[in-house]
Amino acid sequence: MTEILTPDVDERFRAAAAAAGLLDVAYDVFDDTAVGPLLVGVTDRGVCRVCFDPDPELELERLARLYGPRVLRSSKPVERLRRELDQYLAGRRRDFDLDVDLRGRAGFPRRVLGELARIGYGETTTYGALAARAGNPRAARAVGTVMNRNPVPIVLPCHRVVGANGSLTGYGGGLHRKELLLRLEGAIT
Amino acid sequence: MAVAVPPFEAFYEHTKTDVFRFLTARLGRDGAEDAFQETFLRALKAYPRLEHGEHLRAWALTIANRIVLDLHRRRRPAGEMPELVTEDGRPSYEELAPLTGDLPPKERAAVVLRYGYDLAYDEIGAALGSTPAAARQAASAGVRRLRSETTKEKP
Repeated sequence: MTEILTPDVDERFRAAAAAAGLLDVAYDVFDDTAVGPLLVGVTDRGVCRVCFDPDPELELERLARLYGPRVLRSSKPVERLRRELDQYLAGRRRDFDLDVDLRGRAGFPRRVLGELARIGYGETTTYGALAARAGNPRAARAVGTVMNRNPVPIVLPCHRVVGANGSLTGYGGGLHRKELLLRLEGAIT
Repeated sequence: MAVAVPPFEAFYEHTKTDVFRFLTARLGRDGAEDAFQETFLRALKAYPRLEHGEHLRAWALTIANRIVLDLHRRRRPAGEMPELVTEDGRPSYEELAPLTGDLPPKERAAVVLRYGYDLAYDEIGAALGSTPAAARQAASAGVRRLRSETTKEKP
């Protein structure tokens, strides 16, 4: 059947589209990571999305709304993110050497995410302490909301933010994953 | 930002098989691979300017058809027919394909999309940037022209 589109022709287009700089978001789905399936997205400015247990259809609509409609699966642009995630999840990397695209987030949420990036590997902090570092010590609850909506978990380590009494409290990707990541980093035993 | 069109991935997945089949029938396997990439790169460039997400399949096929026409215009010395790969199950298309080369572009696109690809007139109209009625007119004008040309003497 010569008229059937083969995977190599398909992949060649996806690579060419990225190489030509024509994509608003290049994304890929990693089905088999240590934290389960992940959908990741990158723009020309950096990583814009890491999503646990993705519903691709919903997620693509969301990316199109935020960054533009040219959202296409393309593995090349996300290669480096994939490698760094694999290394991190294997315990062989402590920091991500990647830019993050936080377009569209301003004010307090933006400052919180900026401060979040400075919490080091294996450390934890509390919602209240992070609120204080972002300039509003009484906004612990608002910090919880920002963590819950963190577009790039793992890369921006919202798993390192815990309750004032040391309880894990909550995690967008499920508490079992927060525990797994903190254990991986040696923050809990 | 209001999203008028679906994410490109959804559009691409929805149309890529048809576009590739169309191009293979027109250009053969080897030519189709390059033209396929060119079709969707052009679609990507134009995508943010689309105002709605209707008739996207017809739109993609029209881009593909335009690329085929450009290739033939560049490659073909006057009078020579393009080489065509035969394809099962589309006899009317095969008969049409070598004949439509000399039609005006709009008529050719309308004839090919209607009779070779079996699109409805509203889809063809949207793809050609005109109305269903104008698409019907272009297709029937194309067919009339073909009839008069095929009944003329051939050298």
